[in-house]
Amino acid sequence: MKIGRRGFLSFVIGGAAGTALSPLPWKMMDDSSIWTQMWPWTPVPEDGEASYVNSVCTLCSGHCGITVRKINNRAVKIEGMEGHPVNNGGMCLLGLSGLQLLYGPMRVKTPLKRTGKRGQGGWEKISWNDAVSEVVEKLRDIRSEGHPQTVGFISGSDRGTVSRLFERFLTAYGSPNFMRMPSVRDSYELTQYLMQGVEALPGFDFENADFILSFGSGIIDGWGSPVRMSRVHSAWQSADVKVIQIEPRLSNTAAKSDKWIPINPGTEAALAMGLAHVIVKESLYDAAFIENYVEGFYDWKTRVIDKYSPETVASMTGIDTRTIVVLARGFANASKPLAICGRGDGSSPVSLKECMAVNALNALVGNINKKGGVWAVSEPDYINWPEIEMDAKASAGMQHERLDGAGSKTYPFTRYLLPRLPETIDSGEKYPLQALFVSEANPIYTLPGTQAVRKTLDEIPFVVSFSSYMDETAQNADLILPNHIYLERYEDVPTPVGMIQPLIGLSKPVVDPQLDTRHVGDVIIQMAKGLGGSVADTFPWDSYDSCLKETLGGKWNSLIEDGFWSDSGLRIQAFETSFDTASGKFELISRDTGSTLQFKPVNIEGDEKLYPLVLIPYDSIRLANSFIADPPFVIKTVEDTVLKGEHVFVEINPKTARAKGLREGQRVVLITPKGKAEVKVHLFEGIMPGLVALPRGLGHTAWDEFLADKGINFNALIGPVEDPDSGLDVAWGIRAKIEKA
Amino acid sequence: MKEGRTHKKFQKFGMVIDLDKCTGCGSCMVACMAENNVPFRKDESNKLLSITWMRVYQLNNGMPFPKTDVCYLPRPCMQCEGQHEGHSPCVSVCPAIATDYSMESGIVSQIYTRCFGCRYCMASCPYHARYFNWWDPIWPDGMEKYLSPNVSPRMRGVVEKCSFCFHRYQLAKDKAFMEERRDIEEDEYQTACTQACPAGAITFGDLNNPKHAVSMMVEPDPKHSGRPKNPHAFRLLERLGTNPKVYYLSSREWVRRAGDNYLKSEKKVKKPVHHG
Repeated sequence: MKIGRRGFLSFVIGGAAGTALSPLPWKMMDDSSIWTQMWPWTPVPEDGEASYVNSVCTLCSGHCGITVRKINNRAVKIEGMEGHPVNNGGMCLLGLSGLQLLYGPMRVKTPLKRTGKRGQGGWEKISWNDAVSEVVEKLRDIRSEGHPQTVGFISGSDRGTVSRLFERFLTAYGSPNFMRMPSVRDSYELTQYLMQGVEALPGFDFENADFILSFGSGIIDGWGSPVRMSRVHSAWQSADVKVIQIEPRLSNTAAKSDKWIPINPGTEAALAMGLAHVIVKESLYDAAFIENYVEGFYDWKTRVIDKYSPETVASMTGIDTRTIVVLARGFANASKPLAICGRGDGSSPVSLKECMAVNALNALVGNINKKGGVWAVSEPDYINWPEIEMDAKASAGMQHERLDGAGSKTYPFTRYLLPRLPETIDSGEKYPLQALFVSEANPIYTLPGTQAVRKTLDEIPFVVSFSSYMDETAQNADLILPNHIYLERYEDVPTPVGMIQPLIGLSKPVVDPQLDTRHVGDVIIQMAKGLGGSVADTFPWDSYDSCLKETLGGKWNSLIEDGFWSDSGLRIQAFETSFDTASGKFELISRDTGSTLQFKPVNIEGDEKLYPLVLIPYDSIRLANSFIADPPFVIKTVEDTVLKGEHVFVEINPKTARAKGLREGQRVVLITPKGKAEVKVHLFEGIMPGLVALPRGLGHTAWDEFLADKGINFNALIGPVEDPDSGLDVAWGIRAKIEKA
Repeated sequence: MKEGRTHKKFQKFGMVIDLDKCTGCGSCMVACMAENNVPFRKDESNKLLSITWMRVYQLNNGMPFPKTDVCYLPRPCMQCEGQHEGHSPCVSVCPAIATDYSMESGIVSQIYTRCFGCRYCMASCPYHARYFNWWDPIWPDGMEKYLSPNVSPRMRGVVEKCSFCFHRYQLAKDKAFMEERRDIEEDEYQTACTQACPAGAITFGDLNNPKHAVSMMVEPDPKHSGRPKNPHAFRLLERLGTNPKVYYLSSREWVRRAGDNYLKSEKKVKKPVHHG
C-alpha cells in the first residue's frame, strides 16, 4: 500500500483527533499524576482499633481534662474532655499539640551525663542505676561534710504529691532550699495572708461576676486557666458583663474588652488607690461589710483620701480624672464587681502594694469569699503522710536561713524568692549551693536576667535536671534524668489555678513510656533509699504509684473512672469565720506588718536620659512561656507580624517610630541596660507612644530545630527588680533605646 | 428534590463563627492540623507557603491610638456553593476533577491523587483557602506515630484545603448505618475546630435544617443565595457571589465592613445585589 501525502496527513490528523476524543489522554494524565505521587516515603498511617483514654493535661496550671484518641497503641489526637469542670470539651492550642511533645525530637531519650564543658552539648548515655547512684554518692558526700543546706531544688510547682515528695526529700535531707518558680500567685498568697490571715490559693468566681476590672491581666492571653477563661469570656459576651482592661498595650484581652484604658506602665497600684479614693469619698462602699468585718478602715481611708486624689492619680497614670471617677462609680455600683491583677499570662508577680490595693477594692464592695467575688480557696486536704524523720544532720541543716531570703527578717511572710538567688549567691553572704535539682522548670530561660541566672547555675558544681525535654536548663546541667511526660505517667493534679471549687485531677498514662525515662517520683524514692538512714525511713513506699494510690485512698477509684474528683457543694464561709488575722477581720492595714510596709513605688530600671523608651513584654497564648516551649504546631500559628524568619518584631507606635525615623519591617538594635538584640520594627497603633513591646516565649536556644534560634528572649533584656515590701521580682519593663542596625 | 427512600433531602453543611467570642487563640488552627495530618516545616513564617487549612487573620480598624481596635477572623474553606449549586470558583476551573462539589453535603472535596498541581484552583479561590505542597511532608523521626489513619498525608505537588473534616462525616454516617438510622444527629458530625474552640465561637451544622443552630443563628435566605437575615451576620466577599457556607457574626460595624470591599463613598454596609 502506497502512502501519499494526503494519506499521511489524514492519518496523522485523524489519529490526533481520535486520541483527543478518546479517554486516553485524560486517563494518562490521571494515571501519571497518581504514579508520580505514590512515593514510598509518604507515610501511610496504619489503621486499627480506635479507643479513648481520659486524663488531665498538665502543660500549664490550667489542668484541663483531655480525651486522647488512640489507634491500637498509638495516640493520634488529644481532645478536650466533655463535661470536665474546667474546659468542657474545649482545648487550647498547646494542649492540642501534646502529641508532638510525646513523639517529638525535643525529648531526652535516656539518662544523660555531660562530657566536655557545660552547655556545649556533649552527652553520653548512662544507665538509670549509674545515674541514680551518682546522684546518691554526691548527696552522701555533701551530707557527710555537714552541709546538707547547700542542696537546692527548683520546681515548677509546690502542689500535689510529686512536689511534696521533693520538699519532703529536701527536709529529711536537711535543706530548706526548696524553691518554686515565680508567678502572680506569690503576690496573691502574701496579700491573702496579710489581709485575711489565711494560707490559701486565690480563686475567682468569674462565672458569677458582672463587672470585671482587670489591671493588665491577660484574661484571654494565658492568665489563669486559659480554657476556663475563654469560656467565661464567651459567657460574659452573652450576659453583657462589663470588662474593663487597664494596660499600656492593646492586648487581645484589651481588644475584646468593653473598654480599654491605656495606663503608664507600673502605675496600676496608684490607679487602684485612686479608684478607692472615689469610692470612699462618695460613700459607694459596702458599709455593712466595712463596719462589721473590716479592720483599719479609718486609717486606710485617711491615707487614700490624702494621697490619691483623682488629680494626683491622673498625673501618675496618664488617665484623666473624669475616666477615673466614672470607672470607680461603675465598679462600685455594679452588683458583682471583681477586680483582678497579675499582668499578661500571670507568670510574673506584682508588687504587694498593687495586689493589696486591688484586693482592697474587692473588699470595699464586700466581694470577698462570696458569689462573684475573689476567694481564698483551701487546698484539697488529701496528702497526709507520716512525720518526716529528722536526724541531727537534717535538723542542723534546716536551721539555716533559706538562700533566697524568703522567710527571713526582711521578707518574713514571702514563701519563695527564686529570682533573688543569683544576687544572694553572688554576694557570698550566706553559703554556696553545691547541688541543684530542677524539675518542670526552665529557670535559665524563664527567669529575668538570663545571663546572671546562667552564671549562677554555672557556679553550682552539680546540676541535675529532671526535664523530659532538652530545654536550656537541661542543656546546662551535668546530669539529665528524664521524667516520663504527662501522657506516660500517673500524677495527682490539685485544683486548677483560679478555680474556687476544690478539685483533684488524675493524670494517667495514655501510652506506655516511649523512651528510656523514669517517673521523677520513683527517682526521688530511689535516691532516698540509696541515702539510707532517716532519709530512707521518710519514704516508706516502694514506688511512686503505690505512694499515690495510698495517698488518694478512697478517691482512687473515682479518679481512675472519671479523671477528676470534685468537692461537691461549695461551702460559702460566713465572714465571722473567714478571716484569721489578729483582729479576726479583714485587715486593710495589717496589724502584724502595717507599720513595716513602705509601699514605695517600684521604679523601672534604667536612666531615662540614656534610654528614652520603655520596653514592656507581652504575652500571647500562641507563645508558651513556661517549662514547656512551643511545639511545631504552635509556633506555626505565630503571625508574621510577630516572627519572620529568625527575626522577632517589636511593636512601636507609629508616632514614636516617625520621630525616630523608623519604618515598618526595618531591622534595628534594641538596647537595654541588661543587653541588646537585633529585632525588626512593627508599627502598631495599639501601643502607647514611647513604649516598645516584645513578646515573651521566643528566643529559645535549646528545644528543637522548629523553635530554636527564632527571635530573642525577653528575659535576656531585663533583670529582676525587687519589691521592697515582699522581695518579689516585680519588673514588668525596663528602659530601652533603639538604634538603626 | 423528591424525597424517597434513596433520595433523602440534601444537607448543606455550614459554619457560623462568632467574632465577638473569638479570642484569636489559634486552637482551631492547631486542632485542624492535628486532625488532618497537616505537615510543618522548620520555618513557617512565610505565610504564603505555610499550610494552614484554618487560618486566623488579624483585622484592624485602622484608627490611631487609643481608638485602635483589633478583631480576629478564623478562615476555613468557605465551601462556596456559587450562584448555581456546585458552581464554586475552584470546582469550575479544575481540569482534573480533583475538586468537586458534593450535592449531598455541600462540601467541596479535594482528591489528592487526582490533583496534578496546576494550582488553577488556588488562583481562582478569593479566600486563599487552598495551599500547595511545594515539598514532601517530613515528620521528624518517630513523630509519624501520631498520624491519623482517617486522613491520608499529602505528597509533594498537590493542592490541599479544609474539608470540613469530611472523614468525620463519613464516620458518623457509617455509625448511623450500622445502627440502622438514616440521618445523623447534629452533634454526631462536628469539625475538629468546632469541637476544640475554647470560646465556643464556632457553630457547625446543616444550613438546610431549620432546627440546627447554624440556621437559627444566621437565618440564611434561600431566595437570595443564602444571604443571612440576621443583621449581625455577614459572609466574606459577599459581593463576589461565591455564596459561601461560612458565616460570621459581629456586633461591630467596622468588622462587618472588613468582610467585603467598599468604596470610600459607601458609608454603610449595603445589602449586596446578586446578578445571575
